[in-house]
Amino acid sequence: MQFGIFSVSDITTDPTTGRTPAEHERIEAVVAIARKAEEVGLDVFALGEHHNPPFFSSSPTTTLAYIAAKTERIILSTATTLITTNDPVKIAEDYAMLQHLADGRVDLMLGRGNTGPVYPWFGQDIRNGIPLAVENYALLHRLWREDVVDWQGTFRTPLTGFTAVPRPLDGIPPFVWHGSIRSPEVAEQAAYYGDGFFHNNIFWPGFHVRRMVGLYRRRYEHYGHGPADTAIVGLGGQVFMRPNSQDAVREFRPYFDHAPVYGGGPSLEEYADTTPLTVGSPQQVIERTLGFREFAGDYQRQLFLVDHAGLPLKTVLEQLEMLGEIVPVLRREFDAVRPAHVPSDPPTHASQKASRDAGTPATPEGPPPTLLEAAP
Amino acid sequence: MTDRSLVVVTAGLSQPSSTRLLGDRLLAATERALREAGEEPRTEVVEVREHAQDLVNHFLTGVPSRRLQTTIDAVVAADGLIAVTPIFSASYSGLFKVFFDVIEHEALAGLPVLIGATGGTARHSLALEHAMRPLFTYLGGSVMRTAVYAASEDWGAPDVPADAGLVARIDRAAAELAAAMAAGTRAAPADPFENPIPFEDLLRSQRPE
Repeated sequence: MQFGIFSVSDITTDPTTGRTPAEHERIEAVVAIARKAEEVGLDVFALGEHHNPPFFSSSPTTTLAYIAAKTERIILSTATTLITTNDPVKIAEDYAMLQHLADGRVDLMLGRGNTGPVYPWFGQDIRNGIPLAVENYALLHRLWREDVVDWQGTFRTPLTGFTAVPRPLDGIPPFVWHGSIRSPEVAEQAAYYGDGFFHNNIFWPGFHVRRMVGLYRRRYEHYGHGPADTAIVGLGGQVFMRPNSQDAVREFRPYFDHAPVYGGGPSLEEYADTTPLTVGSPQQVIERTLGFREFAGDYQRQLFLVDHAGLPLKTVLEQLEMLGEIVPVLRREFDAVRPAHVPSDPPTHASQKASRDAGTPATPEGPPPTLLEAAP
Repeated sequence: MTDRSLVVVTAGLSQPSSTRLLGDRLLAATERALREAGEEPRTEVVEVREHAQDLVNHFLTGVPSRRLQTTIDAVVAADGLIAVTPIFSASYSGLFKVFFDVIEHEALAGLPVLIGATGGTARHSLALEHAMRPLFTYLGGSVMRTAVYAASEDWGAPDVPADAGLVARIDRAAAELAAAMAAGTRAAPADPFENPIPFEDLLRSQRPE
């Protein structure tokens, strides 16, 4: 099972000091955080994409390529890549390039983006969010799998005789996750292609996550990729740890109370009760995280949000140290309860290459063969 | 005899509240009219006040509590809705609006809605027409022609003829709602998690003509 962190790249004032990091400082901090994640033994670092303040990460492949050069082992991913407002041709090119530079240590998570004005800034309309995600991904999927593409759609200029370069490393496209909090169409899309489904459940109660993930699993089986319980699922999580749980609550409360996403709303205790937010001792985080499989089933990737709400770099690095200590425990405990036929990990470049070379694709990939002809 | 679910959403604040009182009277009259039409009402009363904290939290975090979600599900799946609010500052109360703000657009499509309101004086009664009716029209509800406003004086108006008083208006509005519910044309909204749009259909709708 993979464990990692994701950053949304927010530049937020530390409510305890009133200090706001400069863009440059925060960008360097994110690189330091990614390197620390590898150092403490995490498997994944994922970075968001935004095109408005207070975020900095408009150009994730640039950042991830730099991190790739500074790391050896960690998988680089996104949280999320905007499949709506980016040109799918550019996504195909950028992530194939990143995949080459990172020696295959790349996958990506597609999302629609929920900031209204970003769409018109990129010539689109948020009301077309789902149709854009459907059309753009259908094209991206082909660009990575067909050397020469003739294509015509609704939202971008047609392509005739187009080859996206570089071609994916070893002819193996990066593994794709589709992330959505509340759109059943995206769970359906992930299931159709046999891709991964990521639910960023950090704001959502388990009963809702169960419905979304349940839909994805059921439809994954329907489309012939394998039994529902073998579908590839990722979840978000949000933790703040100190050896003593009261210390964790005391230290994190001002960050919670002033965070842009939930400040002024529920109390930390109420919020922790209904969402995966866990503020406490490492043991509490272990127990809570192990409980996620009760509503999501056995899953393959767990990403935590740790560098947000104005937490200073020093604190974030301390949190990563603690994550590094509990992840082996989580891995062991999840391994102990997972049925043998359920994959422990999502497909990686290495695993896909190995199974292709052995002539046994580990995960049935792409749309079901019977449906291929029906697809545009 | 068909089972019909009838939900009252009432945004009164005090205990006892005249808004709740109006809601209860509208509910009783509609139940009576449904039974006379051979229907079996199944009723539920939602006191918005009891969800006030959850509503604010939903607003700020984007996430409903389980209890609030259950209540919203009941409203969305109803065969008929009675919505009553006190009139504050020339319109429905803010709390009342918050409840309907967190309901998905289109979720009330085709739902028969009886609107009612209370206030200190009859001078605010047109708030039903300039605020409540457009709100539920926007939400896709089918709003009954008769809306019921109860001013304080309506609860004891001995010199009003029986066919023009509050009780008569309640009975008329309830009869309209019961008739619309008995017509039974509303299909419960499809659960997109149980019955997703097949991906082939999503793809097909993308193809240029």
